Amino acid sequence: MSSVAPFLVFFIGAALVVGTSGILRSLVMLAIPVVGAVNLYMLPADASHVVPLLGYELELIKVDKLSLLFGYLFHLAAFLGIVFSLHVDDRVQHVSGLLYAGSALGAVFAGDLLTLFLFWELLAVTSVFLILARGTERSYGAAMRYLLIQVGSGVILLAGIAMHWTATGSTAIAQIGLQDWSSGLAGIASWLLLFAIGIKACFPLLHNWLTDAYPEATPTGTVFLSAFTTKVAVYTLARTFAGTELLVYIGAGMAMFPIFFAVIENDLRRVLAYSLINQVGFMVVGIGIGTALAVNGAVSHAFNDVIFKGLLFMSMGAVLYRTGKMNGSELGGLYKTMPWTAGFCMVGAASISAFPLFSGFVSKSMVMVAALEEHHPYVWLALLFASAGVFHHAGIKIPYFAFFAHDSGLRPKEAPLNMLIAMGLAAAICIFNGCYPWLLYSMLPNPVDYEPYTAAHVLTQTQLLFFSALAFVWLQLKGLYPPELPGINIDAEWSYRKGLPAVGRWAHKAAAAVRAEWLGVRGRIIEQVNAGIYRLHGPDGVFGRTWPTGRMAFWTTLMLGAYVILSYV
Amino acid sequence: MTGLDEHLPILQILVPLFGAILTAFTRSGVLAWTIAAIASAIAPFISAGLLMRITETGKPISYVMGSWAAPWGIEYRVDLLNAFVLLLISLIGLVSIPYARKSVATEIDSHKQPWFYTMYLLCLSGLLGIVITGDAFNAFVFLEISSLATYTLIGLGRHRRALLSAYQYLIMGTIGATFYIVGVGLLYLVTGTLNFVDLAARIGPAMQEYPRPILAALAFMTVGISLKLALFPLHVWLPNAYAYAPSFATAFLAGTATKAAIYLLIRIYFSVFAVAIPFRQLPVTEIVLVLSLAAMFIASFAAIFEQNAKRMLAYSSVAQIGYITLGIALANKMGLAGSLVHVFNHAIMKTALFFALGAMAYRTGVLSLPSLSGIGRKMPVTTAAFVVAGLGLIGVPGTAGFISKWYLALGAIEHGWTWLVFLIVLSSLLAVIYVGRFVEIAYFREPSADLAGVREPPPTMLLPLLALAFTTVYLGFDTRLTGGIATRIAEFLLGGFTS
Repeated sequence: MSSVAPFLVFFIGAALVVGTSGILRSLVMLAIPVVGAVNLYMLPADASHVVPLLGYELELIKVDKLSLLFGYLFHLAAFLGIVFSLHVDDRVQHVSGLLYAGSALGAVFAGDLLTLFLFWELLAVTSVFLILARGTERSYGAAMRYLLIQVGSGVILLAGIAMHWTATGSTAIAQIGLQDWSSGLAGIASWLLLFAIGIKACFPLLHNWLTDAYPEATPTGTVFLSAFTTKVAVYTLARTFAGTELLVYIGAGMAMFPIFFAVIENDLRRVLAYSLINQVGFMVVGIGIGTALAVNGAVSHAFNDVIFKGLLFMSMGAVLYRTGKMNGSELGGLYKTMPWTAGFCMVGAASISAFPLFSGFVSKSMVMVAALEEHHPYVWLALLFASAGVFHHAGIKIPYFAFFAHDSGLRPKEAPLNMLIAMGLAAAICIFNGCYPWLLYSMLPNPVDYEPYTAAHVLTQTQLLFFSALAFVWLQLKGLYPPELPGINIDAEWSYRKGLPAVGRWAHKAAAAVRAEWLGVRGRIIEQVNAGIYRLHGPDGVFGRTWPTGRMAFWTTLMLGAYVILSYV
Repeated sequence: MTGLDEHLPILQILVPLFGAILTAFTRSGVLAWTIAAIASAIAPFISAGLLMRITETGKPISYVMGSWAAPWGIEYRVDLLNAFVLLLISLIGLVSIPYARKSVATEIDSHKQPWFYTMYLLCLSGLLGIVITGDAFNAFVFLEISSLATYTLIGLGRHRRALLSAYQYLIMGTIGATFYIVGVGLLYLVTGTLNFVDLAARIGPAMQEYPRPILAALAFMTVGISLKLALFPLHVWLPNAYAYAPSFATAFLAGTATKAAIYLLIRIYFSVFAVAIPFRQLPVTEIVLVLSLAAMFIASFAAIFEQNAKRMLAYSSVAQIGYITLGIALANKMGLAGSLVHVFNHAIMKTALFFALGAMAYRTGVLSLPSLSGIGRKMPVTTAAFVVAGLGLIGVPGTAGFISKWYLALGAIEHGWTWLVFLIVLSSLLAVIYVGRFVEIAYFREPSADLAGVREPPPTMLLPLLALAFTTVYLGFDTRLTGGIATRIAEFLLGGFTS
């Protein structure tokens, strides 16, 4: 049996899903990632599929260890996402989820930059339906902004590719690296490429699309969204910009700044969106350092992040599905009726916080150790701070406010069986990778010479976690008296924030103020530009309404005059 | 049949022209439609025959009228460029005609239907005539034939503003045609000839003696044709004309009328003026470039805010024509090829879009965007075809529109204007908005009560639409017909270029 390009399985599967319904559709959907994984396993190392287009040859398949790891990861993520969304009876979401996963596979197996660009754009176009399908006014707006930014990233990528091609004559996906602006076309091309990838990877200031759109998607859509787009960007970065020092600082920034926003955010899925950026920051740092250990760390953390972040989004998706609410202040006490979801959520929280025996532990520290080895002590400190921050906003805040805290009085049913199965599988993978990391390590692109469970590492990490947990609990207990007053939730949150250093508190305020100010200014600018465009182009604007015939004739004459005069001078 | 073979160029015109005369004598809509269908079905075969002969021999076909040798007699001169456009126009005629039957039967009073088909056939033969003739004055005659027929077609729309729109178009179209003929007259004064090939040979020497009349002629012809092809800011007649014409007429005209005018502009620029005088040094290309960019953005914004679906697409047409004239203004191989590819692709896509709207109008009777809420659930196939063609309009990879923009972008890079690539892509983003708006209305809103009982259109309307939607995707992958031929045309058009 010969194999086909991995994305084809998903695209053909999506076509089948269009034509089926009911149980049959569920079976087809479950079969797609399984068939895809078998197909990937059978894929020979020298597989190749060249498609001619416009006189260029698109290489659809290129296999090596890095693309294989991401390939399996995306199959796994797609499988979990599909199981999680089986109960949904909305063909649009299913089809776009499958096409979206297929596009991500197409991108990681792309053999040249043009193919990468094709799938880069497809990622944007196919995923937007997962946001639109929520059907609210907010989600529509977010979806359109998301689409514009994502398509824009593709456009910049294409421009970069075109220049890179002109300058070097190559469209191979290989190490590009940043070059000096002044070094001509190749230099500009490298910056454009980094910019395009940076949009998808959520570099600071380019990240707004993610925190804007992901929390507005459907409960199941966000699970898909969280897995693919940013990871394709990480993969592309690892291929083209490994060892670029600038990335170390960008990544450190990415790991730190979302923490402030995550702590003041009330929408729990937006908290997770911020923590997604924070985790991608670790990966970007790893790629920026570029040593074998660092890249291994980045890639293995990408693997683990997809699973545990998917798990957290799944648990919040289940809560949203059952309660229709997503604000921390409106939730609480759900563990009584959703014990399994709560448990799985805590596994995800432990993984993202890098508890020993959970998956984050074995990958995050690889990046941090690599930072120390390459003499970036400040970056190491930044990442340490980021780790503590993750523990606070994702490890404690998410499960605490959703499932414990003050009792919101909500008594929803436990999540549907398929959701529980998906979460259970993800939780099992988190624990498995945490306890037995060597399977994951064996798939990494570089040989692994790293031992996560040294006494020192376990001790450091446990100390970090337990002392912050202790502080949290102590403050929490103190703040909980008297227990049953209205507004206690805000009290609790306030005391919880007291646990953070005073600098952090000041930074929250400053960040919130800056954000509010920026949003205000941006809103006013956008409003005025919009109004201006509408004034000119709307139905009553000069370019939108019908002109009297006389004015048309006048313009005709004017044009003639312009041509003649300009020709004569 | 060998005898007929010789006469293919004139048959291309005569078949629809005789069809028009025959339909004028019928009193039954069905009979008139049958005649129109036969004429429309024969035309593409003639075009394809011409195209095949030219690709085989590599030489243009010259046909002299009444044995009067050129340049004294009227010459039909078919080279790769006109054969390509002829094929496009006659193909649009072919796919339109099955669609016409039901659409025209509901929108036109039965006693007017034979006249409607007469006008359609006159319009078709006029458009084919503009493209096939090698004579500047003869082109004017055909321009008038097609235009007069077009005014009538638009005026037959049911909306009471149809007559006003047709009248406005009549005034503007006549000004345009007059400007064109003034230009032809000026050229005739200084060269004494009307034949394109002969003109190209004589303008060069005449330029030494009479530069100003020749430049004035170029200005007059540019403005006149710009009016006919609706180049910004001379496009204002188009949105209303398209919006209030009968559905079938809009779809047919959107795919053919502006395209014939674009052909004429390319012919005059590249086969006449550019051969004889240093064309690139004239400001004409710069002005056309600026106007094209203005069209790409201003008309797209207007489309974004438009509430009437047909007017939205009409504004989008103005924007898309901007892409075509942009490639003409670039005047290099890839840019010109991009123009020609987009002439073909845009005709296919826009006809498909108007077909879809016509089918919705056929079932629902409404065309304002808010009243089409949830139409995607009632007419899923039609709406899906609309979306496919809409994706083509945006230029999503895998659709025909991507190929056009790819060539145009290459043309801009060939010219060394990277910023232009950004503008091309930026304006595509505006298309994302107006197509996305339709998608949102069609799929993500609850169908209104008015749409109860609405279902897919009859197969005679649906199949042409699906064929065009399929072609939109097909031409996104197989570019031999569009990209391949267009590149060859661009090469020979630029072959005689004096810069």
